[in-house]
Amino acid sequence: MTTVTDAPNVAGAIESVESHLHPTPSWDLADHPVPTGREEIWRFSPVKKLKQLLDADAEGGSLDWESDVPEGVVVTSIGVEEAQALAAEAPVDRVSAIAAKNAVQRTHIDIPADAVYDEPIVFTGRGSGGIARDHYVVTVGANAKATLIFRWEGTASYAEKSDFVVGDGAELNLVTVQDWDEGSIHGGQRSVVVGRDAHVKTVTASLGGDVVRLQENMSYGGPGGELESYGVYFVDGPQHVQHRLFVDHNEPHTKSDVDYRGALQGKGAHAVWIGDVLIRKVAESIATFESNKNLLLTEGCQADSVPNLEIETGEIEDAGHASSTGRFDEEQLFYLRSRGISEKEARRLVVHGFFWEIIRRIDVEDIEQKLLARVEEELELLEQTQAEA
Amino acid sequence: MSTLVINDLHANVLTSDGPKEILKGVTLTINPGEIHALMGPNGSGKSTLAYAIAGHPKYEITSGTVTLDGVDLQELTVDERAKAGLYLAMQYPVEVPGVSVSNFLRTAKTALDGEAPKVRTWVKDVQAALENLQLDKSFSGRSVNEGFSGGEKKRHEIAQLQLLNPKAAILDETDSGLDIDALKIVADGVNEYASAGDKAIVLITHYTRILRYIEPTYVHVFVDGKIAESGGRELADKLEAQGYEQYITAAANA
Repeated sequence: MTTVTDAPNVAGAIESVESHLHPTPSWDLADHPVPTGREEIWRFSPVKKLKQLLDADAEGGSLDWESDVPEGVVVTSIGVEEAQALAAEAPVDRVSAIAAKNAVQRTHIDIPADAVYDEPIVFTGRGSGGIARDHYVVTVGANAKATLIFRWEGTASYAEKSDFVVGDGAELNLVTVQDWDEGSIHGGQRSVVVGRDAHVKTVTASLGGDVVRLQENMSYGGPGGELESYGVYFVDGPQHVQHRLFVDHNEPHTKSDVDYRGALQGKGAHAVWIGDVLIRKVAESIATFESNKNLLLTEGCQADSVPNLEIETGEIEDAGHASSTGRFDEEQLFYLRSRGISEKEARRLVVHGFFWEIIRRIDVEDIEQKLLARVEEELELLEQTQAEA
Repeated sequence: MSTLVINDLHANVLTSDGPKEILKGVTLTINPGEIHALMGPNGSGKSTLAYAIAGHPKYEITSGTVTLDGVDLQELTVDERAKAGLYLAMQYPVEVPGVSVSNFLRTAKTALDGEAPKVRTWVKDVQAALENLQLDKSFSGRSVNEGFSGGEKKRHEIAQLQLLNPKAAILDETDSGLDIDALKIVADGVNEYASAGDKAIVLITHYTRILRYIEPTYVHVFVDGKIAESGGRELADKLEAQGYEQYITAAANA
């Protein structure tokens, strides 16, 4: 993509950077033709399995939403135009464009300025089969402080467009949990704008569903913004889980720290992680680090991990990335076993440690517990497989 | 009583180019209460001996035997060797991210004893061991070896030695990379462990420096995969003065 549209686009307002990695956002569905699977942004995706999400004409509804919203937080139903005006950016792929255009409802969640919420604000969407589409726009007022949790459960073919516009000096802990039942597919785009001197932490946990493909775009609304972005995923064959991170350092003195970790097991398990960090000319003195680690617990699984850095300025404080994919580390297992710890227990420690480094940052007790329990389930599944082998 | 007997041990390291013979017939008996210093130049196979005895998967014993109190270690898995009473203080202790030192130590102790240690005494024991090695008590909450300095890693190895209290210990270049203060702390830790009087200890080292603080029962010169000469502390003094040159030349001409 080499053209810039007139769409509201933080990136385009400064300069256009030609790149095959981050297509130009557009609300117009015509700008997002049905992919063949050969396009750069689709080439790792099982496009056939996502068919329902790519079909703009298919009948669709929403999920059954439940929420736990404290006083002061305002949840309203809004129209298409208002949603577009409030959004962080336009869709960058067809799934999110369809979600934005054809959702049966659009929801605005406003967390007022200066409000501090100790208890998490929770939204739980439950699918009961069929196609569902949502467009959520979350606005966080200046200097507000909150934890916002989105959970997805049940069965659905779900297309998501969501936007999180975080005001100056605000602190947002955004936890999203894809906890779908078998038979579900979930695609879409989440866009976060980190305000001036704001601090945003996102934790994305992909636990279930046949296919999960999320585009997570981060940019800054002013200098001094800090982003921590964490991800945890468990992929049991033949699931496909794909996280596509784009951090757009479009403001100076901004920070980003990205760390996604997953465990794969079973034939056909496929994880994809595409990390792209763009450091624009204006973005002097920024610091960024992105990392992806995959633990292949059994034979027959595949992890594609592609970190990218596009650097347009020489004035950087720090920029780096790392990616690792592998089986258990022999040296770690040997070290633990040389102290008398059995092989099974040593593996357990290593896998727990691997995920604990992410899970401990969630700061929401019941979700931390849920994920730790899930780590246990993965280990039990692994032991079963090994016992059968 | 703990006797470690190494008899005509041959071992290979498994490389991507195939197995390569490193140990070429090592014979050594370490009786209870003895400290054997195993000294040799780089690449002589000292660490291979340590790893092969502990059961590292990259090394294979091709012939010969190693027994601890009559138990054939080759018949045992890595963790079973530890349960049989063997301990290896590693030259390069491995980082295990996300696993706290306290969780690691408790898991190891539980595995070795077959039951969980009593909470109250155990916490005290851990604190005492860390304190002995002059490691701040905050170490128990840190990930195993992660972000530790070289010296802290070595002291952590010796803190484990005290806590797990094995029958036999192989200390693989525990002295390397330590400044003089850390060296003394580590030596004190080893001496305290040895003071039980019935431990079999192999002290692998490149330098004689640590022998100023740990009194060896025997000193062995290890060159080209086997023991070239054995003696008492005077052998270490000779090495201090003359180096390994004559042994290396002799091995090359053999």
